[in-house]
Amino acid sequence: NVNKKNNIDLKKKARALTAQTAETDAIRFLVGTQSLKFDNQIHIIDFDDENNMINKSVLLHDAGEIWHISGSPADKAVLTTCYSKTSESRVLTCAAVWRMPPEWESGNHESPDDSSNNPQTLELLCHLDNTAHGSVACVLWEPMGDGKRLISLAENHVLLWDLQESSTKAKISSTATLEGKGQLKFTTGKWSPHHNSTQLATANDTAIRGWDLRSMSQIYCIENAHGQLVRDLDFNPNKQYYLASCGDDCKVKFWDVRHINEPVKCLEEHSHWVWSVRYNHSHDQLLLTGSSDSRVILSNMVSISSEPFGHLVDDDDLSDNEESQQEDKGKEPLQDSIIATYEEHEDSVYAVEWSVADPWLFASLSYDGRLVINRVPRALKYRILL
Amino acid sequence: MSSATTPPDSDPSQRRRVHSMLKHYYGLNEEGKVTEQAESLDPCDINGPHFDPEVYLNKLRMECSLGELMDHESCMVKQIRSLDSDMQTLVYENYNKFISATDTIRKMKNDFKKMEDEMDCLSANMAAITEFSAHISGTLQDQHAQITKLSGVHTLLRKLQFLFELPARLNKCLELQAYAQAVSAHRRARCVLQQYSHMPSFRGIQDDCHVIMEQLAQQLRQKFRDGGSSAKDLSECVELLLQLDEPAEELCDKFLSHAHSSTTNPFLSPTAGTDILEFIDRGCNEFVSSLCLVIASYQELFINRPQEGELASKNIPEMANGKLHVFVDTLAARYFSLVERRIQEEKGVSDNSLLVRALDRFHRRLQAISKLLPGSAVPSQGTEIVVRAARERIKQYLSALQTFYHDSLTDVRQALAAPRHKDATPSLPELLTSLSNFILNQLKSVLASVHLFTAKDITFSNKPYFKGEFCSQGVREGLVVSFIKFICQSSRQYCESAGDRGGSTPPALLLLLSRLCLDYETSTISYILTLTDEQFLVQHHTPVTPVTALCAEAREAAQKLLNHYVKVQGLIISQMLRKSVETRDWVNTIEPRNVRAVMKRVVEDTTSIDVQVGLLYEEGVRKAHSSDSSKRTFSVYSSSRQQIRYAPSYTPSAPMDTNLLSNIHKLFSERIDIFSPVEFNKVSVLTGIIKISLKTFLECVRLRTFGRYGLQQIQVDCHYLQMYLWRFVSDENLVHFLLDEIVGSAAHRCLDPSPMEQSVIEVICERG
Repeated sequence: NVNKKNNIDLKKKARALTAQTAETDAIRFLVGTQSLKFDNQIHIIDFDDENNMINKSVLLHDAGEIWHISGSPADKAVLTTCYSKTSESRVLTCAAVWRMPPEWESGNHESPDDSSNNPQTLELLCHLDNTAHGSVACVLWEPMGDGKRLISLAENHVLLWDLQESSTKAKISSTATLEGKGQLKFTTGKWSPHHNSTQLATANDTAIRGWDLRSMSQIYCIENAHGQLVRDLDFNPNKQYYLASCGDDCKVKFWDVRHINEPVKCLEEHSHWVWSVRYNHSHDQLLLTGSSDSRVILSNMVSISSEPFGHLVDDDDLSDNEESQQEDKGKEPLQDSIIATYEEHEDSVYAVEWSVADPWLFASLSYDGRLVINRVPRALKYRILL
Repeated sequence: MSSATTPPDSDPSQRRRVHSMLKHYYGLNEEGKVTEQAESLDPCDINGPHFDPEVYLNKLRMECSLGELMDHESCMVKQIRSLDSDMQTLVYENYNKFISATDTIRKMKNDFKKMEDEMDCLSANMAAITEFSAHISGTLQDQHAQITKLSGVHTLLRKLQFLFELPARLNKCLELQAYAQAVSAHRRARCVLQQYSHMPSFRGIQDDCHVIMEQLAQQLRQKFRDGGSSAKDLSECVELLLQLDEPAEELCDKFLSHAHSSTTNPFLSPTAGTDILEFIDRGCNEFVSSLCLVIASYQELFINRPQEGELASKNIPEMANGKLHVFVDTLAARYFSLVERRIQEEKGVSDNSLLVRALDRFHRRLQAISKLLPGSAVPSQGTEIVVRAARERIKQYLSALQTFYHDSLTDVRQALAAPRHKDATPSLPELLTSLSNFILNQLKSVLASVHLFTAKDITFSNKPYFKGEFCSQGVREGLVVSFIKFICQSSRQYCESAGDRGGSTPPALLLLLSRLCLDYETSTISYILTLTDEQFLVQHHTPVTPVTALCAEAREAAQKLLNHYVKVQGLIISQMLRKSVETRDWVNTIEPRNVRAVMKRVVEDTTSIDVQVGLLYEEGVRKAHSSDSSKRTFSVYSSSRQQIRYAPSYTPSAPMDTNLLSNIHKLFSERIDIFSPVEFNKVSVLTGIIKISLKTFLECVRLRTFGRYGLQQIQVDCHYLQMYLWRFVSDENLVHFLLDEIVGSAAHRCLDPSPMEQSVIEVICERG
């Protein structure tokens, strides 16, 4: 169960990846597998930074194949999954809140050769009952919340849930419905960490919409944000009005939601649909994108980051000697650029995530079940830090 | 005297002989000497000095017969006789003359004696006259002085009379409006009056004169101010006023202000509706010529007039010249602003010759001013205006070209959108040819129009701007290069705008434009630029855009357009496939009996795209494949690869194999870039489109869950695509690989993965 490389083959098709949000010490990712035929699993990936080793633990998730996974911000043992359930020739995607069994960590690592070891099963806390609303696209935790509030996006409904009685009971506190022509269906969404967690952004088809959770009403709508389907969204963790989106037009766009007519910036580096976009949690110039062209691209978007553009040097420091001036020439303001393109995947990459514990580390997951962990290049890291 | 007295003789030869003999006798005639010498040698010459009678006689006797001798003898006798008588006559004549001469001398002696007496008497008389004359002049001396004095007094009195009469005379002149007379009269009197102004009577006159002259000046000024009078009258006025010591400066001002109103009044009311040539004509005829007239008369009056008296000291010309310049400048400024306004209104680009002719006339007429008024800035300002107009014109032409380009594209768009009657609508190559011909012709005609600016008969064409900058910066860079850049630019815009709004540009137009840009890159650009350089003899003083840079830009645009075309077409097919996958309930579908209609549609569309691209682009190269490829690859595809790859994966017991095999497969196949740039040929374009479509198909399949028959339907569909799509692409393995992936993914997403028999699939597909 020890892998000295930076990647691990989970040997199962997988789309769902999340960092364990409440875990701030260990570098840990959760992967949900997709299989119609076998019992699905939650793979817990631990990365040992010092020894460059990946450890994997497995928990059984026998409810169905996992389309989306998300960890509670307050309790590292609690997570939600969106899974599809086939009953009577009907496929329905449901959502549920789970608790990992407390013993999973106690040396219960699955080794590739040892399949006899029966993995433990997740403990179901409660269902987010969606029979009235249809398939769930994703479940969002309240960012930096107490792990009591959730949003699920089901077809064209936004459902705000309150978890009660130690998360064993979920109750809808308010709902909003997207009305319009045709069959509207949310593809994804993101709960904004700003504004006291009162805003939500959702994507349906080519449009991005903002919602106020207090009144459950739409506050903005970027029609035709992308030429084709919008696949993912992420909020800039430091700039409250900035939002990144990606989609089937191979583009990544940056929006200032106060001026929605034109994107602030547009990247077109991938050669196929972009499925996932993530801001680094601490340094918002670092941006990660994963695409079905099997590539992961790490970009450095200095010009629209919250950190000062270029290198601010006090005049007093400079005026003394020429040496520092020459030094300054060497440190020309960083341009928006691609830092690296990672081509280790051989199938479509559907998810990328930054680690919560180490801001310089990220994981990417491709459909064939390969998870790759990479670091921000050292040179850039020092450049940002120093 | 002797010859004169020779009596006339009937025989001239005889007389001469006598003459000569006489001459010989007196020995003084030079003529005689000559004859003497000529004759002297013959002793037989009876008249010669060396005559020897003996020799003569002997000669005669020897030569002559008796008869002859007899004749000779009688002749000789006759001659002797006549000679004797001649001699007698001569002697007689001479004697008579001598006698008469003696008588004359005697008579003269008597006369001279009488004359001497008379002369004595005369000298005595003369002495008496001299004495008298001296006496008289002594007495008359006093009276003469007196008369001189009297005549002096007389003239003075006459002058005084003139002075006293002056006021009256001036008044009269004033009444008769004979200003010139009055002024000249006053001028004559002025100095005297000035000198004697201390005397009361003169003072009175002076005052009177002053008053009158003041009045006169007033009248003159009035006349001057009224302005109704002709230029000639006016100049007379000015002249008189100047003589009246009127301050020249003020006069200049007045003259100019009067001229100002007269020159500008008729012209400065712009009339709409006249064409530019008419307008400029009017401007030239009314404004410029009257301005020239003013300048000329002004110069006549104030600047070129001979300086005399006190006027010289005031340095009028310099002051007047300054004023004139200011005057001309302000007027010209108004005129120019008017002209410029009018030129700016000239927006129609249909006929440039009118404007050029107007500008030429405008410029030509201004040269007159430069001749009249050498240091003036007006002509150069006029040239500036012409230059600005030319610049503006180029800009207008550029925008006209751009509009034309857009319009042509709109036409092409309509032609493409029009319902297709097989014979009525032109095909793509025809559209391309006509479009590129339209553009080229339009560009050529614009070049011809612009060329008018540099025609030889246009006065401003030899200005440095029109020789250099106009050609290189203006026409070449500002017009031609900008236009080409604009074409590339607008082509690129088609790519950008269409991407976000879901392909508002018809794909055929993209394809056509891409070919157009490519043609530009290969030939048209260099042709156009060479044409321009030749027509305008562009000398590159300033750096100009090189042909290669433009070509690179055009190629880039062509590439972008073609990429975009692939993207749009791929998207159209992708959308069909996506809809077909997303809207179907794959779990509860029935057993496949047919290939789904959408797949047929995909193949049809791909075929028509293939035809469309083939009209404009070459075939391109494929990877070599054996003949009858469809059958052969099909069997490989179905029997060996597919079966080996997918069959084990359907059994839950061996999940490892599928991964292993698929990974091994991927290891050996190259990574496929879906939206990658394409080459300028048909195969590459089609490969790009099919790649995009199939990848979409794959991704959509992965998002769905399939029932048993769902999987089988996908199998059938993929087989159908396999049968038809391989022929379009450069590397058929690519199609195989993607279709394998699709079927593989569908199998993986299948709840009950039991694949259909290959033979059944084939039967269904062959049925169509």
